[in-house]
Amino acid sequence: MLDSSVWPTNDYSRVPYRFYHDPSIYELERERVFKGPAWTLVGLEVEIPNPGDFRASYIGDEPIIIHRDANGKIHGFINRCAHRGAIVRRELQGTAKDHVCIYHQWCYGQDGGLIGVPFRRGLKGKGGYGKDFDPKNHGLTKVRIDSADGVLFGTMSDKAEPLNEYLGEAILGFLSRVFRRPVEVIGYHRQRIRGNWKGFAENTRDNYHASLLHDFFRTFGLDRPTQVGGATMDKRHRHCVTWGRMENSHDAAKEAYGKEQVASAGIQLKESSMVKYIPDRNDDISIAIGSLFPSSFFIQISNSLATRQIRPRGPGEFEVFQTLLGYQDDTPEMRQHRLRQANLVGPAGFVSMEDGEAIEIVQRATKAAPNDVQVLELGGKGAIQDCDFRINDVPVRGFWSYYAELLGIEPADGVR
Amino acid sequence: MSADLFAACDLLAQYGALVDAAKYDEWLELFSKRCSYYVKPRENHELGLPAGLIFCDSRAMLEDRILALRIASKYNLHNDRHIIGLPRIVANEPDGISIEAPFAVYQTEQEGDTRLFATGLYCDRLERSGDSFKISEKLVRIDSFAIQTLLATPL
Repeated sequence: MLDSSVWPTNDYSRVPYRFYHDPSIYELERERVFKGPAWTLVGLEVEIPNPGDFRASYIGDEPIIIHRDANGKIHGFINRCAHRGAIVRRELQGTAKDHVCIYHQWCYGQDGGLIGVPFRRGLKGKGGYGKDFDPKNHGLTKVRIDSADGVLFGTMSDKAEPLNEYLGEAILGFLSRVFRRPVEVIGYHRQRIRGNWKGFAENTRDNYHASLLHDFFRTFGLDRPTQVGGATMDKRHRHCVTWGRMENSHDAAKEAYGKEQVASAGIQLKESSMVKYIPDRNDDISIAIGSLFPSSFFIQISNSLATRQIRPRGPGEFEVFQTLLGYQDDTPEMRQHRLRQANLVGPAGFVSMEDGEAIEIVQRATKAAPNDVQVLELGGKGAIQDCDFRINDVPVRGFWSYYAELLGIEPADGVR
Repeated sequence: MSADLFAACDLLAQYGALVDAAKYDEWLELFSKRCSYYVKPRENHELGLPAGLIFCDSRAMLEDRILALRIASKYNLHNDRHIIGLPRIVANEPDGISIEAPFAVYQTEQEGDTRLFATGLYCDRLERSGDSFKISEKLVRIDSFAIQTLLATPL
């Protein structure tokens, strides 16, 4: 049985590797995290702009549909027929008045309610459903949907706090900064990683891996940990925004790494626009990564903008579903710049491809050692608090702290 | 077989062999001085979305990809095996031809396991260069929506 004794320390500075592998933990996560009181990114309003538009998405590994009805209201429901469990809507996106399951033609409305069942009264007076069969009780399972600046979140729990409260001021401010200006989808990236989904949640909360793992940053001067930046969390420390400002000098980097480590002194890209940041708004923040519990991510790396949704596929595999964005009022030159800078992110991204490999080699090596632990104490142990420096593990401990709360396995006097 | 089709087959055979042998400088020489190279999942292609997984709209960017691969990128250690199908000429122009060719790429990882990494279609514009061709545009359209692990070495 999994209980609070699984934690060697009360500050989550040690995390056993069994959390990456144990199938029974994955089952618990399904019930208590993804069906628990958390909100998950499910899409963007701009992806279903017109009445009748729908799109397929996921919460955890549960397939869902988001659907804008004739009045413009957006509904969410699980894409599994209430009759015999088939996928009801097989297309990934489209426009429709209703959803008809191909298996036995149960028909659902734009809000997921059941509106038609063949043979309800039987045939020629024989058979059919009993008088106690009420279509109201046989609709698709509802998913509550809410929007923050056009970003759609969904939850399967009645107990989830209102979205605004769940996100908190720091995250709402971060989302407004990126999404208040109307966005447009310019493409999708998908990446299958043979690792545990929480490895990705940790990866984006640990900012310092970027300068060490992603050599492109350091080599070509796009971003360094010596830049002014920090990590800001919500009050519960479950979400995190890490950010950095533009840096124009190599001096600080040379001091931190030693001269030989800063390769950019000699090596230049032939197409320097790859590493050029053109401010999109009135600030000089050139990198900002929002990591929201449990599986939603928002990326601004230079002029590359994206949302990322993690779709777990069991304890040992997940898909990163990335939606690349531009602004609707981009000039043609700016749009071309963004398409070029899309080379930075995604499965072939200059500053992200390595994450796939890093998470996979962790998964491979930890399989045989479920009781060994990882070490999370850079930037301090004990209390979990905001940092005005970027080199720290603190938000990773914040993630585990809320995770433990939802799973019901917080240690006595566990930090929050 | 027409001379053009033969030259296209020869070019594709060299293309696969050079990538698989990680001879990227020689691979770059198969492209013309002004060229583009895109890798795009079918999902984006069908939805008419412009972004790709790799988006090099100039030779400089393609050379930067190879530079980064050599000195900056870390990726799963593997060998590639390109299986390139017969090309079909889809357009003839005075200075070149456009072709389509199906392909599959298998990857063999460190412990010797081989997996199907990608299948798709090459949509190439070939520019005449004496008796042979250089690639002036290459669009690699991948069938699967998702990339397995990551995409570092060229398709």
